[in-house]
Amino acid sequence: MNTTISNNNGFLLKVDDLKTYFPVKKGLMRRTVGYIKAVDGVSFAIKPALTFGLVGESGCGKTTVARSILRLLPVTSGKVIFDNTDILAADKKQLKDIRRHISLIFQDPFGSLNPRMTIGSIIGEPLKVHKKITGKNLAEQVCLILSKVGLSPDAINRYPHEFSGGQRQRIGIARALILQPKFVICDEPVSALDVSIQSQILNLLKDLQDEFSLTYLFIAHDLAVVQFSCDVVAVMYMGRIVEHAPANELFNNPLHPYTVALMSAIPRIKDPNRQRQQRLKGEVPDIINQPAGCPFYPRCPYAKDSCLSDNPPLVPVPERPEHLVACRHI
Amino acid sequence: MNNDTLLDAQGLCVDFFTEEGIAHAVQNVSFSVKKGQTFALVGESGCGKSVTALSIMQLVPDPPGKIVAGQINFDGRNLVELSEKCMRAVRGNRIAMIFQEPMTSLNPVYTVGEQIVEAIQLHQKKSETEAWNLAVEVLRQVQIPDPAQRVIEYPHQMSGGMRQRVMIAMAISCKPQLLIADEPTTALDVTIQAQILDLLGELQQQNKMSILLITHDLGIVEERASEVAVMYASKIAEKSDCKSLFDKPLHPYTQGLLKSLPRVGFSGKRLHTISGVVPDPLHFPTGCKFHPRCPIGCTDKRCQTIEPQLRKVEGGREVACWYAPGYEKHDDPKL
Repeated sequence: MNTTISNNNGFLLKVDDLKTYFPVKKGLMRRTVGYIKAVDGVSFAIKPALTFGLVGESGCGKTTVARSILRLLPVTSGKVIFDNTDILAADKKQLKDIRRHISLIFQDPFGSLNPRMTIGSIIGEPLKVHKKITGKNLAEQVCLILSKVGLSPDAINRYPHEFSGGQRQRIGIARALILQPKFVICDEPVSALDVSIQSQILNLLKDLQDEFSLTYLFIAHDLAVVQFSCDVVAVMYMGRIVEHAPANELFNNPLHPYTVALMSAIPRIKDPNRQRQQRLKGEVPDIINQPAGCPFYPRCPYAKDSCLSDNPPLVPVPERPEHLVACRHI
Repeated sequence: MNNDTLLDAQGLCVDFFTEEGIAHAVQNVSFSVKKGQTFALVGESGCGKSVTALSIMQLVPDPPGKIVAGQINFDGRNLVELSEKCMRAVRGNRIAMIFQEPMTSLNPVYTVGEQIVEAIQLHQKKSETEAWNLAVEVLRQVQIPDPAQRVIEYPHQMSGGMRQRVMIAMAISCKPQLLIADEPTTALDVTIQAQILDLLGELQQQNKMSILLITHDLGIVEERASEVAVMYASKIAEKSDCKSLFDKPLHPYTQGLLKSLPRVGFSGKRLHTISGVVPDPLHFPTGCKFHPRCPIGCTDKRCQTIEPQLRKVEGGREVACWYAPGYEKHDDPKL
């Protein structure tokens, strides 16, 4: 694999028309009666050393995107180009090599650490697997990374239950960074943490990004967290990206009716626009029997009959090539 | 107790007698909820806000927990001294509670109608038909579409937002005077959260109900509550009307919390942080419990040794910090 020259147009990761469908099986013969289109034609690209945010409500497919990128799920179609290699077409050896450069930080700091392993072996395991490092060398590297994430080296012989939620999340981050990956997927890294701990972890992620020039795919449902952490943001709804723009642009000038509603639904401190709040009616519809037309149609305050004709494509807004929206009425 | 006060907790202390020692989960907590208003208890996990709610309902798990001191006056009676039989007439009837997890607080093997009817018939003399009609009516009140059909469905047939609406319907079916909402929207998506909070506001107006809102989300507090108490390590750090708290927080903990929140529209490079972690209730620090994390208290001898009690300062606000403006006016001319 040639990783030195990148002709990915300056992007570290490029996702092209990714589709992940889960079959719905019914009846005695377990016949496939339909598909849940968890990810339905998602495309985006991430530049090195930047943070790309994926936002959306539960069930919108943001975690499925992350898992599809790592090929932890069977992908239906599409391309995921990482450093000139198509992950979805890679063979076993290539895949192992790629996974060395991509790591994951999970949401639940309690469920993602094995309670029977010491912190040293949890963090050191990737080194053993990928680089065959053991013994004193291993311990040295683990201590180094522990200090980088703000834990003391004597944590190495202790067990996960001895740590608080925030400290465990630091351990999870240390494990993700021990192989010096280029690309880190952060799946709701702070949503299980208390407010006072959340800001510590968000700052830590930023510091580590600066130090190791990491590229993040940042998955979250909290828009305030996303705005603080991300450079470019994509909003997902029912398996599709409905709006894609640089973070500042998106937050100052949201265009898709869903993004607007999502932003006005957050309870904010000292919000001058509270009177203009817009409420969404209804809930996310059943994803199995998706009707034709815009997926947001049933909840959209501006819905017109023309919205039902087909699913609007994600296209640039006139005069703002970086701001993409999937809505016919912009 | 004032005439417009519905619930008044005074000096409430709850201890948990565990194998590792006594954990003081709630220490000397006093607050009152006014009629028709929303009082918020806000704090991080483990600060004692849920235990406070459970002690109002007399539902603190015993053993290991026990209310060791204090009283909770509700409508002229002290709930702490009430017999279990009398308490049952209050619980679910005069005071109702909704919980964080709409998935686990409903019984999966009964239809939602059966569960609401059970709550109604427990407290009101109603025939089967009347109770079922009332169940449909409360489902309509919580804006569930097609309530006559929904009433015979099971919880698993509903989404999280719908289940929380069913919980609310059950809670308001006996027209309680006080609704305790313990993190009512934490498990829900933001757009659904906004719907549920709007609904609670409307029901409060219609039924002239008081709400004790328990949450960790300061945004919700500012939007929905009229008064607020910030809890830290089993005690109230600061108590005030909502507007003044957000205009000018007095306790360093509240100040730190507000500063450390990422906000939409904020465009700084780094977030403010409160160093350290919430202390373990079995090993609280000496003096002010916040001092190891406090920018002032970490070096101050008095903060490290003497614990400040909640005291009135100007504007009817109360705070427990040696350095809060006005805290020591009477005995220290310097401040």
